[in-house]
Amino acid sequence: MNKVVKNVDEALKDFRDGMTLMVGGFGLCGIPENCIAALVRKGIKGLTCISNNAGVDDFGLGLLLQQKQIKKMIASYVGENAEFERLMLTGEMEVELIPQGTLATRCMAAGYGMPAIFTPAGVGTEVAQGKEVRRFSYNGVEKDYLMEYAFDSDAALVKAWRGDTEGNLVYRSTARNFNPMMAMAGKITIAEVEELVPAGTLDPDQIHTPGIYVHRIFQGEKYEKRIEQRTVRKK
Amino acid sequence: MLDKNAIAKRIAREVKDGMYVNLGIGIPTLVANYIPKGINVTLQSENGILGMGPFPFEGEEDADLINAGKQTVTLLPGSVIFDSAMSFGMIRAQKVDLTILGAMEVSEEGDIANWKIPGKMVKGMGGAMDLVASAKNIIVAMQHVNKAGESKLLPKCTLPLTGIKCIKRVVTELAVLDVTPQGFKLLERAPGVSVEDIKKATAGKLIVEGDIPEMVID
Repeated sequence: MNKVVKNVDEALKDFRDGMTLMVGGFGLCGIPENCIAALVRKGIKGLTCISNNAGVDDFGLGLLLQQKQIKKMIASYVGENAEFERLMLTGEMEVELIPQGTLATRCMAAGYGMPAIFTPAGVGTEVAQGKEVRRFSYNGVEKDYLMEYAFDSDAALVKAWRGDTEGNLVYRSTARNFNPMMAMAGKITIAEVEELVPAGTLDPDQIHTPGIYVHRIFQGEKYEKRIEQRTVRKK
Repeated sequence: MLDKNAIAKRIAREVKDGMYVNLGIGIPTLVANYIPKGINVTLQSENGILGMGPFPFEGEEDADLINAGKQTVTLLPGSVIFDSAMSFGMIRAQKVDLTILGAMEVSEEGDIANWKIPGKMVKGMGGAMDLVASAKNIIVAMQHVNKAGESKLLPKCTLPLTGIKCIKRVVTELAVLDVTPQGFKLLERAPGVSVEDIKKATAGKLIVEGDIPEMVID
């Protein structure tokens, strides 16, 4: 089935204020740059964003924060974004911080059709407040686990390295991160790719996300792929 | 008293051949520089790497290849990339042998706080809550006292918790201590540091039995 749309505007044609969006990426690595830029340009607001991080002040989801388009942020680590910390501490934006593995697994659960998962992360901390606790034995050790629900989002925005016209996706290096789980979890999944190829080009054994999970795919453009911490050694 | 690199060097001696190790941000990252020759370890980075290598040579940075601290890194032969769900799956399933991370506070019961100072600083827990809830062996690398001179080894943590009853060992600029059911057990002291110095800097219950040897670092 052909999933190709002309450009980002066609991909986001029915996006509206107040949506809950999953946004792939870890830091600035593997983020859907074209989709984020289009959300800024279209001025869609009141968004709830589920993403591991919140970008930096002037890139990634930081661009949406600047324009106050995000009503609520669900993330695991936001230390790279000073504006974010300010909005959170002053209460101007609603924030839910959750453990990174819980975030990943709640996405996975949604994509696998499982309504909830149990994890030991956060037991005995404020993350556990109001959550059901169950005791299980695992690896011969009995301990407490929190019940965490699969995410319920309106759409997922993901970035892949290569994708084909059927919507099959291949990621490159650590730009994979949250993208495969979010792709599986979206009611509408939009994939932007660095290289869009004809069906049959990708090796079926090497595809990371089967196209059945992807609703619209487009060839992205002008990737900046900004590096957050450029660390090197001398030759 | 040890500097950050010496703390990392001392912790590197805890790493055994054949281990899969996850290193947190800060002092723990430095541990990779001091793993003794002949010891083969595989570094896990929770954004999806096993077999993480050193920083790239200048000009060879790849925006798609970073570690959990968002720093550009390289891959060693035999390395593998995976998604975030699998990464925390292997952590939860206790396939990772050793976790080394930083902390703001550790309690004598092995509780840890390292992600939030209410009203002042909120960076988030990242993967720390998942790591401390599941890891078999957790070593904390941190300063013994904070900038205000207050002990970070406490009877009970005062900051929001990251995990409970999980820390096994703490290495600071002053000492190596184990968390035991009776409290912090002093194992080693840093060169030039007395047991009295360590007692003064430790607010939690400190157990001192017999002569406390000086740390071996190099």
